[in-house]
Amino acid sequence: MIVDPLVWELTIFVGYYVVWSVTPALHTPLMSITNAISSVIVVGALIAVGPEEFSAAKVFGFAAMMLAAVNIFGGFVVTQRILGMFKKKAK
Amino acid sequence: MSANLTALAYLAAAVLFILALRGLSSPESARRGNVFGITGMLIAVGATIVSPDITSYAWILAALVIGGAIGTGIALKIHMTAMPQLVAAFHSLVGLAAVLVAAAAMDSPASYGITDALGHIHLASRIEMALGAVIGAITFTGSVVAFTKLQGLVSGNPVTFPGQHLLNLILAVATVALIVMFVRDPQVIYFWTFMALALVLGVLVIIPIGGADMPVVISMLNSYSGWAAAGIGFTLQNSALIVTGALVGSSGAILSYIMVKAMNRSFISVILGGFGGDTATSGAAKTDRPVKAGSAEDAAFILKNASSVIIVPGYGMAVAQAQHALAEMAEKLKAAGVRVRYGIHPVAGRMPGHMNVLLAEANVPYEEVEELEEINLDFANTDVAFVIGANDVTNPAARNDPASPIYGMPVLDVDKARTVLFIKRSLSPGYAGIDNDLFYGDTTMMLFADAKKMVQDIATELG
Repeated sequence: MIVDPLVWELTIFVGYYVVWSVTPALHTPLMSITNAISSVIVVGALIAVGPEEFSAAKVFGFAAMMLAAVNIFGGFVVTQRILGMFKKKAK
Repeated sequence: MSANLTALAYLAAAVLFILALRGLSSPESARRGNVFGITGMLIAVGATIVSPDITSYAWILAALVIGGAIGTGIALKIHMTAMPQLVAAFHSLVGLAAVLVAAAAMDSPASYGITDALGHIHLASRIEMALGAVIGAITFTGSVVAFTKLQGLVSGNPVTFPGQHLLNLILAVATVALIVMFVRDPQVIYFWTFMALALVLGVLVIIPIGGADMPVVISMLNSYSGWAAAGIGFTLQNSALIVTGALVGSSGAILSYIMVKAMNRSFISVILGGFGGDTATSGAAKTDRPVKAGSAEDAAFILKNASSVIIVPGYGMAVAQAQHALAEMAEKLKAAGVRVRYGIHPVAGRMPGHMNVLLAEANVPYEEVEELEEINLDFANTDVAFVIGANDVTNPAARNDPASPIYGMPVLDVDKARTVLFIKRSLSPGYAGIDNDLFYGDTTMMLFADAKKMVQDIATELG
């Protein structure tokens, strides 16, 4: 599939509006969740670690995959934890 | 899965990531947003794993289990006061992962489908992977330095030396030159050389930046990690990665912009560094002007007789871990019929939103926590402003004194409240190294003590 740079530019615009709508109180979870989702770079690691035969690429891919996994799990779990703390006034 | 279906899956993941960020517009929708994010990640990973190129699963499983266990373990245990360094550490991992993926693509370009019939890497792919790798490398070492500063492994003071900017400039030019050479002729040696230069550059750009400028640095590195991911995404022609990279890149850029505005600084002055260490750089503006100091008992008396109180927390509250004691004190005041709210300056703490998370951790309902613009006009009809661990963000000189280095910076107008209670260890200036007129105001009572100890004592006095 050819991905047009247009998609990228459009996303920057979408990102611009979405991020400005984030309430400042949630800027810390915004950072932790962007950490988690930017680790979708794991798809690049999967391509390297996936083939049967051993290669340097496979080792690089394995390391990248492990780091990305730390980030994905760590990022989503800590975001969930933080968001769980934001409570309304007890009535 | 057909190629079209895979492409569709990546696009779906990208949309879910956008919805995840969209959810953060309010705390209620945010938890659902996080679930969208997790779903998007599952779809992206799932769509890749079922592709025919992936035939060996043992290593994948091992990496997932090891990485997943480490990540989950850290995320469950981390103290909220340590969130800034955790985020810095996570950024460094994204950067390093980008470097490793680029290295894998360099080693085995055919499996990434970025070669022509002769086995040469496409010209466009060379540019994209070089940029992704370099930005990733800078993100990696830069974030490691930010982490060590935030964790207190090294001093938060700016590290500057003569010729620093010139050295950075030379390294940057050399990196660009090597990228150009690599794009013209993709030799492995060029790849690893510009990578090494970028790693050094990452250290050098962050060391001159002081601890108090960390909210900007973290946001900037957040942005870089996004651009690195986008660079790799273009190499892989993967829409999920490109969209996410653009999303994260612009998110980090906007946060940096908000932080820089809130400090009335320019990006250039932050990046050039040398400003804002953990401790004031000089004993600037020592005066023997009289101050009114009070005890916990005095403070409790004033607070109890107030009808409205605005609490202004800063980094000092995080350092003293005083948020729980503070919330307890506030509960007692509320029980006595006092209206208690919190006023947050955008750069209070070491990362965007740091104070909000600490107060949420201490079970402060988020409706009581207000941003600078929302609450600033209310100080004029508030009985007590209670400043705990903040300093420069309350300095009226930013409004009144054109000669002040922080003139023009938006500040919380605590001096307009009828009484100001200001917890501080001593009269030392804040990170900007300037004196705060507030200390000497007629309506100010200084409470000289450790922040946590003082609020505990006040709570005891309140009974």
